[in-house]
Amino acid sequence: MKARLPPMIAIAAIAAAPLLLSDYYIILMNYIGLASLVALGLVLLTGVAGLTSFGQAAFVGLGAYATAVVTTRYGWSPWLGLAVGMTLTATAALFLGFITLRLSDQYLPLGTIAWGISIYFAFGNLVFLGEHSGIPGIPPLSLFGWTIDTGWRLYLVIWLVVLLALLAARNLLDSRIGRAIRTLNGHARMAESFGVDTGRLKIIVFVYSALLASLAGWLYAHFLRYVSPSPFGINAGIDYLFMAVIGGSGHIWGAVAGASILTLMREWLKDILPHLLGRNGNYEIIVFGLLVVLLLHRTSSGLMPFLVRMLPGGRLLRPVAAAPLPQRPRLARGETLLAIDRVSKSFGAIGAVRELSFELKAGGIVGLIGPNGAGKSTVFNLATGLLPVTAGSIMFRGQRIERLGSREIAELGIARTFQHPNLLADRSALENAAIGAHLRGEAGLIAASLRLERAEEARLRDEAARQLERVGLGANLHDAAGSLPLGSQRILEIARALCADPLLLLLDEPAAGLRHLEKQALAALLRDLRDDGVSILLVEHDMNFLMGLADRVLVMEFGRLIADGPPHAVQSDPAVLEAYLGVAA
Amino acid sequence: MNLDIALWLSQDAITNGAVYALLAIALVLVYTVTRIIFVPQGEFISFAALSLASLQAGQVPGTVYLLIAGGILVVAADSVGLPRAVALQRLPGRLIRQMALPLAAGGIAWWSASRPDDLWLQIVATLAIVTPLGPMVYRLAFQPIAHASVLVLLIVAVAVHYVLTGMGLVFFGGEGLRSNPYSSLSFNVGVLNVTAQSLLIVFASVTLMAALWFVFERTLYGKALNATAINRTGAQLIGVSPSFSGQLSFALAAFIAAISGLLIAPTTTVYYDTGFLISLKGFVGATVGGMASYPLAVVGSLLVGFLEAGSSFWWSAFKDSLVFTLIVPVLLWRSLATPHSEGDERQ
Amino acid sequence: MSRREAPALLVARDVTVAYGKVAAVCGVSFDIRLGEVVSIVGPNGAGKTTLLAGLMGLLPLRGEVERFGKGAVPPPTVEQLVRAGMGLIPERRELFATLSVEDNLRLGGFDRWRQGERDGATDLANIYALFPQLRERRHQQAATLSGGERQMLAMGRALMARPKLLLLDEPSLGLAPLVTREIFRIIDRLRTEGVSILLVEQNASAALQLADYAYVMESGSFVLEGPAAELARNERVIEAYLGLAPVEGPRKLQRETAKQQV
Repeated sequence: MKARLPPMIAIAAIAAAPLLLSDYYIILMNYIGLASLVALGLVLLTGVAGLTSFGQAAFVGLGAYATAVVTTRYGWSPWLGLAVGMTLTATAALFLGFITLRLSDQYLPLGTIAWGISIYFAFGNLVFLGEHSGIPGIPPLSLFGWTIDTGWRLYLVIWLVVLLALLAARNLLDSRIGRAIRTLNGHARMAESFGVDTGRLKIIVFVYSALLASLAGWLYAHFLRYVSPSPFGINAGIDYLFMAVIGGSGHIWGAVAGASILTLMREWLKDILPHLLGRNGNYEIIVFGLLVVLLLHRTSSGLMPFLVRMLPGGRLLRPVAAAPLPQRPRLARGETLLAIDRVSKSFGAIGAVRELSFELKAGGIVGLIGPNGAGKSTVFNLATGLLPVTAGSIMFRGQRIERLGSREIAELGIARTFQHPNLLADRSALENAAIGAHLRGEAGLIAASLRLERAEEARLRDEAARQLERVGLGANLHDAAGSLPLGSQRILEIARALCADPLLLLLDEPAAGLRHLEKQALAALLRDLRDDGVSILLVEHDMNFLMGLADRVLVMEFGRLIADGPPHAVQSDPAVLEAYLGVAA
Repeated sequence: MNLDIALWLSQDAITNGAVYALLAIALVLVYTVTRIIFVPQGEFISFAALSLASLQAGQVPGTVYLLIAGGILVVAADSVGLPRAVALQRLPGRLIRQMALPLAAGGIAWWSASRPDDLWLQIVATLAIVTPLGPMVYRLAFQPIAHASVLVLLIVAVAVHYVLTGMGLVFFGGEGLRSNPYSSLSFNVGVLNVTAQSLLIVFASVTLMAALWFVFERTLYGKALNATAINRTGAQLIGVSPSFSGQLSFALAAFIAAISGLLIAPTTTVYYDTGFLISLKGFVGATVGGMASYPLAVVGSLLVGFLEAGSSFWWSAFKDSLVFTLIVPVLLWRSLATPHSEGDERQ
Repeated sequence: MSRREAPALLVARDVTVAYGKVAAVCGVSFDIRLGEVVSIVGPNGAGKTTLLAGLMGLLPLRGEVERFGKGAVPPPTVEQLVRAGMGLIPERRELFATLSVEDNLRLGGFDRWRQGERDGATDLANIYALFPQLRERRHQQAATLSGGERQMLAMGRALMARPKLLLLDEPSLGLAPLVTREIFRIIDRLRTEGVSILLVEQNASAALQLADYAYVMESGSFVLEGPAAELARNERVIEAYLGLAPVEGPRKLQRETAKQQV
């Protein structure tokens, strides 16, 4: 229940503005509204998903030119122009996203620079598009016979669209798909191992942001009634990025704040500087640049976090209880769950895992121990598809999985934790845990934007809360994951894995950094899970911890299995003593 | 296109590609050490080329005043936040340390402006003016936000680019300048007419690259910079502060940009904003190698040189835009040749 | 406490360190004397790592800290502290993964080299004598080392700066018992060579056996302090940190390990 007051005040101010402002400022506000739409796309793309685009202005241009051509050359309806613009934009964005995002995140900026420069060149040089003089005579929009041809009518339309886009973006970020989008910023491997198709999602977010830009372009064309290449160049693309960053690129209202500040600053500098300096010159750009640098020195995460800090925070409650999500049928005790057969993995010349074979039966707790560098974490990475095997086969419930990606393996029912906690540090424990349940929901981006998935979302959040309570983090549901002690972060990782409803749980050193009593609580939790039908394989260093807990212990050294059996037998095994304590027994 | 033209275009491609490669190396250096995309690199190129041309015209370039003003601002920035007594006590020492170089560069520039025929002095003066601007820009614009995100650093870099472009216009006006050729020699190799100018460019680039390689592989200072790029906290723990490595990498980058500016100054008319476009091509070259690999950055830059030479033959009016458009097929090829992508993990 | 008569290398009074918005260390006071191993033990999240980061200048710190008899206005930077003779070996080691072992070590002496000291080769030979494994792997990339070797390299790198005071954060974390024992043996040896050590450890039994003096930290403050041998006998410490496992076998193993460490 976040404080709803500040957005309400902002909305009221926007509604009241036409009554108070002069025509000049109404037009300025229209420009701000259009820029806000584009910047909002960048907030999602850059601020949330961590991808940078310099090409948003080109998408604005595509939307504007599409409707200009459709309405002036063919005399068709502006609505058809919108459809054409959106289709062209989606196609271009899909293509660009497909070729750049498959490589690595830093290729999107390059691809969008290329795109931005090329499309600007096309606008300016194609006779069909009026070359540098552009296309005049674009008709105004009309809605139900109401022609939108004056500044304040446009104002209403533009800002209505902006508010709806803000609402949709807010809904989107507060949803299953929104959580997945947040993982794109540096947590792709983790997200994949919970079934998020990060490659596809990146492209979707990029297309979404491009469509917002294209929509702004459509409005722009019918607002100015004239298009020419100059507002769609690479400089404009950089300007939109400025707006998103200065506004505070993690906040949806940052788009409006950034668009307002930048547009007003530019206008005022143009008016004021010649008076101040007593002469005309190109000083605006110098002062503008200096102001941006100073602003970011004061608040490097943009204006919004600064503004938000001054506002009262709301009280946060546990999500309401909802119908539990369906669970996978548990396996009969003793069924073969995982069969690793002569698996090898080399990194260059180093064999990290050599001809390793073992089987896991359902319903047990198995410890995997061994000196550092024995290859334990590599086994986890092979079994979860994070690394490809060099040779050998891995079967999960009779199905070969060694060639599958992490996503498919997650779908089969294997969930894991990471040796170094891999959490979204500034999001709540609840949101982090809910990422684990990604595959147990199905609502997509459109359903989330329109809030059609609330029933499913309630069940996901309730599940996340329940798992957090189960692992003992019930009091920390709304704490930022990064503010929790390292031990609790590891426990949070377990809750996230449990949200995936796994049949097999792989835990990488869950007890490292826990004190004695916390370890006991963890052991109790793991026993409870085993009784519940979850099989557990854990890498651990603390022998004491395993001895009282595991049914069976596997010992690895130099990539091979050197012992396998009940804890006490393994402990007195001469090979193990030698490896661990350096004493030949 | 026949072989002669192909050879002639290749000469062009290699000459330009060599300059782009230098710039790409500087971009990779600055990015890996500081995470800053060095957008203002273009202004350093323009400043160097235009300062040289001004000196040859017997004028003291405006960049000298920028350097002196920058020195004063650095002293002021260093004193902010200190108790007044401490600040005052340290002021004389700081003034001497920070102002010595700018004032010396100013002195050389004055001397050089009075000797319009002394090419070596002009080159020394230009390097002395432009190189210290690098660490100054780092100190004033980036050091206070060294821990900000890559994106914020990029935006600040673009803002600095705006500021410096604006100043370039104030100092040198909108008219372009072209400096005197270093040599008007040329000779024929087979069908090819090779100018000494382009040989000089390639030779200077290769020499500078070899020198940089030596610095990074063989000197402890270079290794310290490299270490910062690999692990920032680790570098701090061996006594290499982010400000030290930031200023050092900016000094190197400004020096490289200044050399590039000197190399292109006689080959084309340089305007206050010419450097930006050249730098952008270096950037394209650097990104082909993911902004991380020096050898790939060089390969990428040569590729840009060839793309540019090719497009200048077929569509000379659009060669600048076309270079960027042609990057798309290169990306497509890399994308199809790469089986799968690895998400960047920040853990 | 009468035995602690050596001059103090570091005196901290009422020190508070915040990590983000949360004050992870609140008002702790302690000192480290010449030639001592002082240990801070306590559960995960007590603020031990944060305290070290604050002492080393990596995080802003409030309160009075006198290092080597000097106050701290304005607060010294990490680099100034390295030059003054402090070294930190962090929990995450923070090695230069793609550089060779030898380059990592030589860079450890970078600041001395920059100061004009040209005796890095002697230091390097000493480090190799202390950690023969590192000499064997001198041309290998640091990234290819095992966990124990990484810890040795981190220690070697810090020692190249000839520190007077070494802050060690969880040197045994993630290491097999055999390697841990070796690391503790070397810490002990460093003490005999005159390096004072502040040791933060979750392996409380090993730490208390090695240390001269110790502090127990919980939720950001010190709750107990005293000579390490006394703390090791303290009931509260035994129950909370030394962990009496119910199974007989592992205890025996642990004792054996412990004996060999002494």
